[in-house]
Amino acid sequence: MLLAALSNILPFSLYEGLVFGFVAIGVYLTFRVLGFPDLTVDGSFTLGAAVAAVLIASGVNPFLATLAALGAGLCAGLATSLLNTKLRIPALLASILVMVALYSINLRIMGGANVSLLREVTIFDQVSEFLGIGTRIAYQLVVASVLAVIVFFILNWFLRTEIGLALRATGDNEQMVRGFGVNTDMTTILGVSIANGLVALGGAVVAQGQGFADVGMGIGMIVMGLAAVIIGEALFRPKGVAMLLLAVLGGTFVYRLFISIALRLGMDPNDLKLITAVLVIIALAVPYLQKKVQHEWLPPAARW
Amino acid sequence: MSGCHRRQGGKIVILMSENKSLLRLKKITKVFSKGTIDQVTALDKINLDVDAEDYIAVIGSNGAGKTTLLNIIAGVYPPENGGRIIVNDREVSGLSEYRRAHYVGRVYQDPHVGTAAKMSIEENMAMALLRGQPRGLRAASNKQRRELFREALAPLGLGLEKRLSALVGTLSGGQRQALALVMATLSKPAILLLDEHVATLDPRTAQIVLDLTNMIVTREKMTTIMVTHNMELALRHGNRLIMMHKGRIVVDMNQTQRSDLTIHDLVVAFERASGEEFADDSVLLRPGNVVGISDL
Repeated sequence: MLLAALSNILPFSLYEGLVFGFVAIGVYLTFRVLGFPDLTVDGSFTLGAAVAAVLIASGVNPFLATLAALGAGLCAGLATSLLNTKLRIPALLASILVMVALYSINLRIMGGANVSLLREVTIFDQVSEFLGIGTRIAYQLVVASVLAVIVFFILNWFLRTEIGLALRATGDNEQMVRGFGVNTDMTTILGVSIANGLVALGGAVVAQGQGFADVGMGIGMIVMGLAAVIIGEALFRPKGVAMLLLAVLGGTFVYRLFISIALRLGMDPNDLKLITAVLVIIALAVPYLQKKVQHEWLPPAARW
Repeated sequence: MSGCHRRQGGKIVILMSENKSLLRLKKITKVFSKGTIDQVTALDKINLDVDAEDYIAVIGSNGAGKTTLLNIIAGVYPPENGGRIIVNDREVSGLSEYRRAHYVGRVYQDPHVGTAAKMSIEENMAMALLRGQPRGLRAASNKQRRELFREALAPLGLGLEKRLSALVGTLSGGQRQALALVMATLSKPAILLLDEHVATLDPRTAQIVLDLTNMIVTREKMTTIMVTHNMELALRHGNRLIMMHKGRIVVDMNQTQRSDLTIHDLVVAFERASGEEFADDSVLLRPGNVVGISDL
């Protein structure tokens, strides 16, 4: 019975690991690579879902709609990073402002609190029809895997290019990067935009997978992304760009797997966000407490 | 000003480029916290002509404006209105830091500032290689570039050329500073700014980094401005010595003027020029390159 349950849960977690993996990669790009605490994610995830859902519902090709969602996410990231670099609003505050603004924007886009896709043709339906696969989880996995592979290869290539390297270095040592002639405002804008584009892509795919977009579906996405990144780093201790990207995807899979198992064991779905938050708090606190036990000095917590 | 020198036989079209000065600062003033009770004039109408291949040592007590001078040249912040910075006869006062990067290389006091810890030696070098050049979607590093990096790192004698994939955060402070020096000079900027770049290193490492500095500066014929707190260092290195005090240049000596100078002479020169008793005895008490007790 346990095996039967696992064989149900595993493929589903794999699918979720991949689609929410886009969100986690976005969070990884901002928090870890750029050192830019970006909370836009909660808004841009829903934005992606809303844009894709509304376009699909009005008859646009679902692939085009998904691409448009990615574009909308890029714009959300652009807004946040412009507030930060051009108006010098701290990253955390700038992203909260855009996240809050997006709540209203998403309601406007959807014309209400949610949009149903149950009778619409999504990318999943098109792929299912094209490949002749009837099993829901099978074509879901195919779509998610293909998208993940595309995103992985593009990012793995981009982060090693001259621009990609400058982007990574910006998060590491901004002063040095400027000293070598890179406009770090531009690399920040580029990085935050790409990250939110990926998050919105995740939102668009998730909405099509579950058959609806809802204004509240992005709440807690940032914490989920952080949890996935932390789990991925802790489990796989990755080195190098490719391994890091794979570790983030792996971390998302493990996170979703645990959530699925916990839900199966009778956890109240309403407690999900609380448990995720506690998970992240523990993961962030452990390194500090370890050092404290060893009497190592640590600087006071950063406020921004 | 040396604006009317004429080079013989050259096919120089632009009249101004006959000037020998590589870097000219004109009436540079910098005021911090303007309009508050903390207002400080860090630089006070500074004029400075730096010839090509000059190697200038800049000394002065705390708050003399040495680092502000370097920041102004690098473009970290602009001078007050009316100040002009001219490099190779081109006015650059309005250009921001990243736009000036192609002609200014800089090594900071803190090795952490000049290198990126979470990236490999190879990636750091790849950042340095493209100083001031447009960056595109080509691979940041390739076989040819790696070879170039190894060639640039080998003269350090630290074995870094064999550890290209090592993270810079795993290197010691001295190794990082040596790497920062190579990175600052890799793409041969016209001007090299050294901001107390050996002050935090132990005496032996400091000597190694200093020797490297002299080797690279001589080899690449780089115009160099070295800020230091250390008078002996200032006397032994370079071909020109500048002393600053309260935002002004109070002593400016060329090679011949400073050849027989001792630290004591410098102190006397300083007192005469500034009209003050020499109060910053930390400069005197530091014969080596160390903070605190020295074994030199």
